[in-house]
Amino acid sequence: MPKFESIDHLREYRRQLIAKRDPNQPQVLVCAGPGCLPMGSEEVAAAFREELEKNGLAAQVLLKECGCHGLCAGAVRVLIRPQEITYQHVTPEDAAEIVEQTLKEGQVVDRLIYEDLHTQEKAAYKGEIPFFKGQMPIVLRKLDVIDPTSLDDYLALGGYRALRKALLEMKPDEIIDAIEKSGLRGRGGGGFPTGRKWRICQDALDEPKFIICNGDEGDPGAFMDRAVMEGDPHAVLEGMIIGARAIGASKGYIYVRHEYPLAVGRLQLAIQQAQESGFLGKNILRSGFDFDIKISRGAGAFVCGEETALIHSMEGFIGEPRPRPPYPVQAGLFGKPTVINNVETWANVPEIINLGADWYAGIGTENSKGTKVFSLVGAVNQTGLVEVPMGTTLRQIVYDLGGGLRQDREFKAVQTGGPSGGCIPGQFLDLPVDYDSLQSVGSIMGSGGMIVMDTSSCMVDVARYFINFLYQESCGKCTPCREGLKNLLFLLDEIIHGRGTEEQLALMEELCGTMAAASICGLGKSAVNPVLSTMKYFREEYLAHIREKKCPALVCRPLLKYTVDPETCTGCLACVRECPVGAISGKKKMAQEIDQELCVKCGLCYEACQFDAVKIE
Amino acid sequence: MVWKISDETAYDTLGEEVHLTINGVTIRAPQDQSLLVTARQNGFEIPTLCYHRDLPSEGHCRLCVVEIGEHPRTQIVNSCTYPTQAGLVVQTHSETVLQARRMVLELLLARTPKAKLIQEMAAAHGVYESRFKTDDPEELCILCGLCVRTCREVVGVSAISMKGRTPDKQVATPFMEKSSACIGCGSCAFVCPNNVIPYTEKEGIRTIWGRDFELQPCNVCGNYIAPKYQLEHWAKITGDPVENFFVCKDCR
Repeated sequence: MPKFESIDHLREYRRQLIAKRDPNQPQVLVCAGPGCLPMGSEEVAAAFREELEKNGLAAQVLLKECGCHGLCAGAVRVLIRPQEITYQHVTPEDAAEIVEQTLKEGQVVDRLIYEDLHTQEKAAYKGEIPFFKGQMPIVLRKLDVIDPTSLDDYLALGGYRALRKALLEMKPDEIIDAIEKSGLRGRGGGGFPTGRKWRICQDALDEPKFIICNGDEGDPGAFMDRAVMEGDPHAVLEGMIIGARAIGASKGYIYVRHEYPLAVGRLQLAIQQAQESGFLGKNILRSGFDFDIKISRGAGAFVCGEETALIHSMEGFIGEPRPRPPYPVQAGLFGKPTVINNVETWANVPEIINLGADWYAGIGTENSKGTKVFSLVGAVNQTGLVEVPMGTTLRQIVYDLGGGLRQDREFKAVQTGGPSGGCIPGQFLDLPVDYDSLQSVGSIMGSGGMIVMDTSSCMVDVARYFINFLYQESCGKCTPCREGLKNLLFLLDEIIHGRGTEEQLALMEELCGTMAAASICGLGKSAVNPVLSTMKYFREEYLAHIREKKCPALVCRPLLKYTVDPETCTGCLACVRECPVGAISGKKKMAQEIDQELCVKCGLCYEACQFDAVKIE
Repeated sequence: MVWKISDETAYDTLGEEVHLTINGVTIRAPQDQSLLVTARQNGFEIPTLCYHRDLPSEGHCRLCVVEIGEHPRTQIVNSCTYPTQAGLVVQTHSETVLQARRMVLELLLARTPKAKLIQEMAAAHGVYESRFKTDDPEELCILCGLCVRTCREVVGVSAISMKGRTPDKQVATPFMEKSSACIGCGSCAFVCPNNVIPYTEKEGIRTIWGRDFELQPCNVCGNYIAPKYQLEHWAKITGDPVENFFVCKDCR
């Protein structure tokens, strides 16, 4: 990789790079994203390598391990270009068949392609699959085609073109103007206008200024940032360099969780490549601008995703937030003006500079522009990463992209925005998803987690799950969050155990009000969302737990009662053998009985019974 | 990095005076001084637990919250860190504020049911009983962090710090072992509003944080002055020979 001394040098290199590449060269792109990697994508890639060599195709066919392909439910995914055939559930054993059939004969391997669950229609090409059809990838655009460890791949797709433009054709003010005009808002959850944040930091008088990329993704079930950092690390770097130029920073940090070793490694490699080729360091592209990036690894506390806690953690202190003002743009890292943006926000920046603010502002809704990446997980058929324009409805995301609910169960709620988001019921399925509309129904955009729940979920249990998570992650600095979460958890436990009262419901509401108003940081302020939203939209479920001591969704174990139906029971004793506490008794070939005193409600008898004689109430 | 909010002690270093409204009264106060100090200087009492005039405020207790802004766009902020700004409209005793304070006190009362200070403060806000659950009836620490901040900012040794998260968070020495940084000065115990930090003095030995400190008697009257380590710490700071501190302040 040469060191680019000038624009012409970069332009010429890119030209040659593209000329060298044959667009019709067969490519095997194996997904090595967060979903596919644990399912064995390395083995699949190795099998392909072996097969290609065996068939003497190693020179003609390009084999790459790429970032996330999106539809994680079909892990391991393989994309064959230039035809854009996508295979799913690929195992190492399938490699031979794909090489033989697809690469040699040009045929599609039918058994490995996508099949619609409802219509049984098959689709071989990426453009035909509903999951991809409804999307508008901007941040995820390059993930499934580039090798994240190759700077050439990034350059061939127009990488660092935005940087060139920002450094040599635009003044810092013009960069900020463009970002402001594009309407880009922070993708980490707060939704603060990115351009305005940069402007305030640019105007701050103190020196030096810092840039931070917040890669401390900690929401359960969310992996958008991880996929971007692992799959397209140079896009994050390019965004940061542009941002640094705009505000006049000379030093940048990427704060990334230690639990993301692959992301750390890929970013480290990308930084090294960028330094070697002159995109980072002194006098970048002879523009006279100096900037460098370092990685700062976080130890995994959820609260360190909050910007002031993140800064404390980077400074070597305990990861606790501090009250604002001053905001980080006024006094952030080491007390200096600091712009902190989320991974996805940074990855959007080069595209905005490349294609223009007007183009970006043309996507989305009035107050929320552009696209948003969601990690669609839970009870949907097609889980994975989706990127849709702001204003796409929940119904489109859950049913068109997600393929509806598993086992055709009924939709109950979708929880957006990670653990501190609210649960949105079915009546709002046609809600266009953007910052403001989500807030209006008691939830948040958050960083883009989207957990779909069906009728088998108990909303009290769901609220308890998230409150338990937040309780354990509360840093314990301020009273409302620390003590409030503990007591919310206790009260929810009481309800789940059938000891709740309606006064306690009112107390919870009162407590939530104070927590939302008086906590220091976003963790405590938004922690009440799962409780308040479920209490608002699923109150009857809370009341069933309290008044009737019943869990309608049959989830809360303490409220369940297992009985044996004497009519159906054959006396096969399968349940007796399974019961860990010996609570089931009765003669052979006679109806059995469960001792309610002894029963621990583990449900093993229910699973063991082949005659559906064990009933749950 | 701790944001140091200016205080009475640094009055002359403050910015120019600005006008703001507190509880409907227009007052003048130096810009960037904390709202808490501005309010107190003008006779508006705001309760606090974790505030100390000689320490940087960090906003732990959330008792000093006030409401800023005008209806309907108001916001609850903690006055100990919020800077005085021109044109600010502040309510120190609005219903929302009082409700938040009562709730905070009720939560603290459940945490530390036997703490005198909390009982009194809660009673002053009409809270006599907590509806929340008490885990440990003997608990007295409210995690206000005054001890930690004193040790770090005033004493300058950082022998203790907060450990852990959640309500199980506690003030501790590193790895819960005897701290080699501790000089046995007892400032942490002195500043603690609930007297939680145990420390004993017997036969010329002070025991605090699990460590024994030999006390230095006064060369003149023989009364104990302070732990030897503390005097050595003073000597180090001032550059004077440690023997200079071997006379108590009464005999000096």
